[in-house]
Amino acid sequence: MAPIVSVEKLTKTYGNGFQALKGVDLQIEEGEILALLGPNGAGKTTLISIICGIVNPSSGRVMVNGHDVVRDFRKTRSLIGLVPQELTTDQFETVWNTVSFSRGVYGCKANPALIEKVLKDLSLWSKKDNMIRELSGGMKRRVLIAKALSHEPKVLFLDEPTAGVDVNLRREMWQVVEKLRENGVTIILTTHYIEEAEEIADRVGVINGGELLLLEDKKTLMKKLGRKQLRLELSAPLAALPPGLAGFNLVLSDDGTALMHEYHGDEAQGSVPSLLNALTLENIHFKDLSTRQSSLEDIFVALVGEKA
Amino acid sequence: MNVEAVKSIYTFEMARMRRTILQSVISPVITTSLYFIVFGTAIGSRIQTVEGVSYGAFITPGLIMLTLLTQCIGNGSIGIYFPKFTGTIYEILSAPIAMTEILLGYVGAAASKGLIIGLIILATASFFVEIRIAHPFMMVVFLVLTAVTFSLFGFIIGIWARNFEQLNIVPMLVVPPLTFLGGSFYSINMLPPFWQAVSHVNPVLYLVSGFRWSFYEIADVNPVISLAMISFFLLLCLSVIGWMFKTGYRLRS
Repeated sequence: MAPIVSVEKLTKTYGNGFQALKGVDLQIEEGEILALLGPNGAGKTTLISIICGIVNPSSGRVMVNGHDVVRDFRKTRSLIGLVPQELTTDQFETVWNTVSFSRGVYGCKANPALIEKVLKDLSLWSKKDNMIRELSGGMKRRVLIAKALSHEPKVLFLDEPTAGVDVNLRREMWQVVEKLRENGVTIILTTHYIEEAEEIADRVGVINGGELLLLEDKKTLMKKLGRKQLRLELSAPLAALPPGLAGFNLVLSDDGTALMHEYHGDEAQGSVPSLLNALTLENIHFKDLSTRQSSLEDIFVALVGEKA
Repeated sequence: MNVEAVKSIYTFEMARMRRTILQSVISPVITTSLYFIVFGTAIGSRIQTVEGVSYGAFITPGLIMLTLLTQCIGNGSIGIYFPKFTGTIYEILSAPIAMTEILLGYVGAAASKGLIIGLIILATASFFVEIRIAHPFMMVVFLVLTAVTFSLFGFIIGIWARNFEQLNIVPMLVVPPLTFLGGSFYSINMLPPFWQAVSHVNPVLYLVSGFRWSFYEIADVNPVISLAMISFFLLLCLSVIGWMFKTGYRLRS
């Protein structure tokens, strides 16, 4: 199936000479949740802004559903909803008016029933006649989502949807995202909360310094780059590692009471059983063991650190 | 053409006028009434007539123009500047709307507001002085052309301005001297020859003169030249906006 969003060799250099994007290629599949990770200033927002039409690209091409975002902007932008990073709202408007305005600006005829459904889905219905400035930060964020959904987009961009949002609301937001996906909406979210990507994304892209460093299925990524560590608490301390264990990737703790073995997530079947066998042969006993898997955060830090 | 979008922006902007009715409608009416009381009645009673027209009636077209210019520039600039300032402009820029439709929505609303206020002031004036309109059709033409031109000019300022000071500098510092020196309150024939010549550089002179001609058939410059000049300003503003849209000047970085 053709990707719903296709980005080819995209570059952007701002007027002040800052190169925000250095040739990004990215294909987004219909119906997926893609998380774009990256530190501040990595180019995430610029990338989204170009796809949505807010920023002009310097070179390269972006297609949405087979249409060019510059030439066929009416077709592409009708398909896209954007929730910006900043809480930018018309403070003196009511929730109902601002969401209805969004629908109109996207060229859709008024549809009160749909707006009602969107507001109800986002638990905003009771606030429909309130002015936006009376709402809490979390509610304002949901108003922005409601505005972005008012014209029933096929692709939704969420630029750091949970920045500065408390834990409960973050969970709530994730549920909203999940629900949208069930309705077939393709979702692209940028975040620097790695747990967010880990929790809800299907694929993860890592951007740094204007380059897409990696784009991978989340599970594959965790398996490929995720490292596991086995820690054995020994019954009796060892003075040094016996030569018989030299073939294993082992580290002895300073006090000699614990052995650490690091291995790749996808080679688990090989090294651990043979290590345990070797320990028995060497007559080394342990009283406890634990394993730990590296998180997406470790992977991310390693990756960004490496290229920085 | 995204008619719904133009309608939405237009309605949204007009709603702002309703919401701020004190500031948008009542305040210009009060200001203009004060002008009539001070210039028209208090001082005007000591001036007999200007070119055969009572002074109060003579200044009416100029007063309408003064308010029309200020209002159109103000509304035209704030309409586009405010979303830029609050950041809500992202929505307009990411929506399937052409720049011409954005222009139509914002400038259409600004010009409509200006026209409404201009007509209210004309009605207010008729309470103070006797108004006679010799060429009603041409009066409307001058009114509409001026409203559109200066709303476009306001739109340019709104895109250009980076802060509120820049936004206000033209309506506060440039428009009042031009209007006062553009023959709103006197005929430039009353000036010494040198200042008469200087006045011809002032674009507002052509607006006021043409507009006054449509009322009393008296003019400082030929009404055809007035019309040509307004059309020229209109085209000038459109070209500047065309360039701004093409380059994405201060809108799409």
